[in-house]
Amino acid sequence: MRSALADAGVIVCCGSGGVGKTTTAAVIGLELARQGRRAVVVTIDPAKRLADALGVAGQLGNEPVRLDLGDETTGELWAAMLDPATTFDGLVRRTAPSPERAEQILANAFYRNIAGSLSGTQEYMAAERLFALHGDDRFDVVIVDTPPSRHALDFLDAPGTLARFLDHPVFKLLMVPARRGLGVLNLAAQPVLRSIGKVVGGAVLADAVAFFQAFDGMEHGFRERAGAVTALLRSDATRFVLVASPKRDTVDEAMFFAARLVDAGLTVSALVVNRATPVFAAPTGPRRRADAALWANLAELAAMAAAEHGHLASLTEQIGAAPTAWVPMLADDVHDLDGLRRIRELLFGPPADAARTDG
Amino acid sequence: MLVVDLDGRPTLPRLVPDLDHLSLTAPDALAEYLETHGLRRIARRLASSGVIDVVATAAPGIDDIVVLGKLKQLERSTDHDLILVDGPAAGHAITFLMSARSLLDTVHSGPVHTQAVDVLELLGDSARCQVVLVTLPETTPVNELVDTAYALEERVGVHLGPVVVNGVDLGEVLAVQPSTDRGLAAAADFRNGRRAMHRRELARLSDALAIEQIHLPLVPTAALDAGDIHHLADLVA
Repeated sequence: MRSALADAGVIVCCGSGGVGKTTTAAVIGLELARQGRRAVVVTIDPAKRLADALGVAGQLGNEPVRLDLGDETTGELWAAMLDPATTFDGLVRRTAPSPERAEQILANAFYRNIAGSLSGTQEYMAAERLFALHGDDRFDVVIVDTPPSRHALDFLDAPGTLARFLDHPVFKLLMVPARRGLGVLNLAAQPVLRSIGKVVGGAVLADAVAFFQAFDGMEHGFRERAGAVTALLRSDATRFVLVASPKRDTVDEAMFFAARLVDAGLTVSALVVNRATPVFAAPTGPRRRADAALWANLAELAAMAAAEHGHLASLTEQIGAAPTAWVPMLADDVHDLDGLRRIRELLFGPPADAARTDG
Repeated sequence: MLVVDLDGRPTLPRLVPDLDHLSLTAPDALAEYLETHGLRRIARRLASSGVIDVVATAAPGIDDIVVLGKLKQLERSTDHDLILVDGPAAGHAITFLMSARSLLDTVHSGPVHTQAVDVLELLGDSARCQVVLVTLPETTPVNELVDTAYALEERVGVHLGPVVVNGVDLGEVLAVQPSTDRGLAAAADFRNGRRAMHRRELARLSDALAIEQIHLPLVPTAALDAGDIHHLADLVA
């Protein structure tokens, strides 16, 4: 596991919801910091999970904060939570030809909707944020967890999706009259737009038209940036860690993610299976009547563990040579640094230098 | 009875094969909505050229409202006594159910406005609609459930039905003697630890939320099947 992530510049954790993706991302950050690297963990999950797991008081924001890990670590661990709207604003400011034009776009209602709720925006902004942090001198490695949805890997295509959105026929339709010097009102009188206006209301449509007109000329800068982001995601510096639990539906999801990565010409660097039922040593002594309940418990847990390994078999086969780490279900939830350190030992073993001096 | 999923995944029909099932996704519902609202001729072309994205972006929440609108239409048709919807996860559930109220702020007239008014009426009427929150007896899921419950009551005004807690393991403490075999003892300690956490988290949930709880017992399997679902249904009946 350690060598699979050595010298990564970007680590993307993907998997379905509720499998411990955020925790896994935090644990990887903790380990890389122990190895002396300056790591930043970015979570997309708006729930307070990362802040809780890292023991950070209050809510994390878009700007990374450095965590106090005590004295054991030579590297650094930072944490941030993705704020898609703020990230998008930054992108507009960077791409706009003038500060006035940037402000004009940022104030537009249609733009605020794109930044807040266009499907794929969150994924794209995750990729954009990752790209910005990757280029930030303060950090050696960026670790990100993806949104817990079937579309989690959309962010591989997300930069392209947004470029297409800004590129598609209606956009062109909205652009052309602007270039011809037609006003918003004339434009809204066009049949297709009139029908759309009937459904969503005229004011809403006017905002959309105003946005596309203000955006005119910025598509190129957007597309260039999107290209650079995509190139980073596809480069050797980026590693994908698949996170799953051994339940059938999450294994199915993980296989879906793995297939998507392969389709995109990418490889899974490692698989982390969280919440696995532990396997206990087989009893050695005779079977005593008084221990009947204990035997029944052991048998039940063993049957669950066997079923879980059965489900995982096809997934481990699918990902080929990538290392798989099993993290047993713990007696308690992880919600502080000590909990994360316990999982780190399970995932990566004792520190490399400690192992050397011990031996 | 009709069960509805909103993500097009095959899990529900596999678990309850004997119930009527409908898969209702936002893009389909939006296309159907546009077809029945004066954009019939161009709806298909709109869908393939991505205009639907523009519409959904121009009025965010419209994709949620058309799904809710479709559910309202199913409810009005009285073909089924009960419509059971497998809703979105906690974070999205709030925006999903909030969509009607948010849209009323941006769209002041027209079919979307009417739709939003109808949906709000449905959501606010406890005789017609209730939300059942589902969680696990663990720290983070319980915290999220409590936050979601307050947000839904305060911001959506929807009536909360009982809370369902899944995978509850409340068996008795397994006694371990100093002489007990190590493997047996470790397995028992693990199980006792899990059970103690479940007991603690259920108590915490009761303290935080004065709502009836339904406990579904842990089924020791790595994949639920239709038989397990029947068994669980008998237990809570």
